[in-house]
Amino acid sequence: MEKPLTGHIKDDGSQLELKGYEKEGGYRAVKKVIGKIDPENVTATVKDSNLKGRGGAGFGTGMKWGFVPMGEDAITPKYLVANADEMEPGTFKDRLLMEENPHLLIEGMILSAYAIQASIGFIFIRGAYVKSVDRLEKAIHEAREKGYLGKNILKSGFDLDLYIHISVGRYMCGEETALLNALEGRRATPRFKPPYPQASGLFGNPTIVNNVETLCCVPYIMEHGAEAFKNLSYTDEGGTKLYGVSGNVKNPGTWELPLGTTMREVIEEHAGGMMNGYTFRGALPGGASTDFLVNDHMDVKLDFSTVMNVGSRLGTGTLVVLDDKTCPVGFVANLMRFFGRESCGWCTPCRDGIPFVQKTLEAMEAGKGKEGDMDVLESHVEFMGPGNTFCAFAPGAMEPLQSAMKYFGKDFKQHITDKKCAWKGNGK
Amino acid sequence: MLSEQEKKEIAEELEHLPRKTAGGLEALRVVQKYRSWISDEAVSDISEYLGMSETQIDGLASFYNLIYRKPVGRHVILFCDSISCWIKNADNLQEQLGKHLGIKPGETTSDDRFTLIPVACLGACDKAPVMMIDDDLHVNLTEEKIKEILEQYK
Repeated sequence: MEKPLTGHIKDDGSQLELKGYEKEGGYRAVKKVIGKIDPENVTATVKDSNLKGRGGAGFGTGMKWGFVPMGEDAITPKYLVANADEMEPGTFKDRLLMEENPHLLIEGMILSAYAIQASIGFIFIRGAYVKSVDRLEKAIHEAREKGYLGKNILKSGFDLDLYIHISVGRYMCGEETALLNALEGRRATPRFKPPYPQASGLFGNPTIVNNVETLCCVPYIMEHGAEAFKNLSYTDEGGTKLYGVSGNVKNPGTWELPLGTTMREVIEEHAGGMMNGYTFRGALPGGASTDFLVNDHMDVKLDFSTVMNVGSRLGTGTLVVLDDKTCPVGFVANLMRFFGRESCGWCTPCRDGIPFVQKTLEAMEAGKGKEGDMDVLESHVEFMGPGNTFCAFAPGAMEPLQSAMKYFGKDFKQHITDKKCAWKGNGK
Repeated sequence: MLSEQEKKEIAEELEHLPRKTAGGLEALRVVQKYRSWISDEAVSDISEYLGMSETQIDGLASFYNLIYRKPVGRHVILFCDSISCWIKNADNLQEQLGKHLGIKPGETTSDDRFTLIPVACLGACDKAPVMMIDDDLHVNLTEEKIKEILEQYK
């Protein structure tokens, strides 16, 4: 199968440099498009390709770009931001792209910036990705020397300057409006919408924020067309996807597969199935803020709409597997410790609610669960659900909790009646 | 006072920002690189340089978890305690590491060699459990392996 994202990555994990990238067909799309195709047509092609945002929300990329004001009256400079703040627990896919194929991201950003006529681009990257930063800096330098970045790119009249912002922590920065606040040198708290960033984003100017993997899909779309991109997937949502698996499986890792590959294939074929002595109980399909899928969902095609139809979200597409030797209550308590610590504190339900849930679950784990705890948890799922909080952080945090109670409710209740965790002694 | 080198590096970052006040995080990162942590004096130095109040700078410094408002050791251990590492026994390992160093999370050893900080997912979940020491990622950790790794940092 064709692998537009990872096909040209070298086997030894070393950086694909400009020469090697060009030899593999790199920057062909930039040469074909910049100054030769109308920006609006680029957006239209991406819309036709049905590319959906790979950061987790799955929003149509072309449609998002379509909201950016175009023409002479539009406020300038417009901005394009690559969200490279990969911090969703269990997610390790954008790191691969940036470390091993940094020019693909740069080419994707040039094309995307051209589509919305942005003249300034930022790569917002987490400080922990030291190797990614080094390699991106080197690649940006190479691209600038070769005339792919800077003023008058390939003599087209189009300008794009690209900068790296090395972030200094906080998961909250992954939320696009909080990210924009961080880029403006503020605390990473979310902004009220509307206005949406497409109209009024970074420094009040039109801005698009896209995930790294999303931007990396654009060169293929522009070189081979929307139909070819759609044909890469098993469903009508276009393209390939970087799927990943972590947990007690034989061969944890990341693989580029057609979008819509089943959970069974990802876990059993690519991840090698469960480790000996471990049985599959469930998986978060795309990071900490997605609902559990269980055995019944093994043949569900992992694309955005299909996973949504079975009550979860594809999210980042990197699965975290729960096995029978791991306590589901402890699993969710760990997630709540993460969310509680990372909440930005802007709105009360999230700031106070998540630590309350965390304490309730930790008490259950310690054998101090009380009659009525299940109701307490249920009510918090509701209080922190969509519409009751300022942004999607707390509703996301509630997704694994509500689905764990649905599928593993018996285990939760057993903690309360037995006054202990049956998994204790397993080292957790 | 900011050093000439600190000023130079902050100024480079400010070149592509439309206003000075947008550079608070860049300034904190640069200054921490040279001073290892952000003291009250550093907050004041940065605020003066950027024309912002000390409260504004401290508001940033205290929000972002990789900016340290307390002194840290020569080496900072960022120990992942998120879900994929937790499944692979990270909580126990972190406890053992703390015992080995004689410190609790957030503390620094008495010889100023190590500071231990639990952090959110480091994005290397297929190689869990993982930690970073300074700029280096260490993967597939075991108790023995951690002790060997620590020896590389004096």
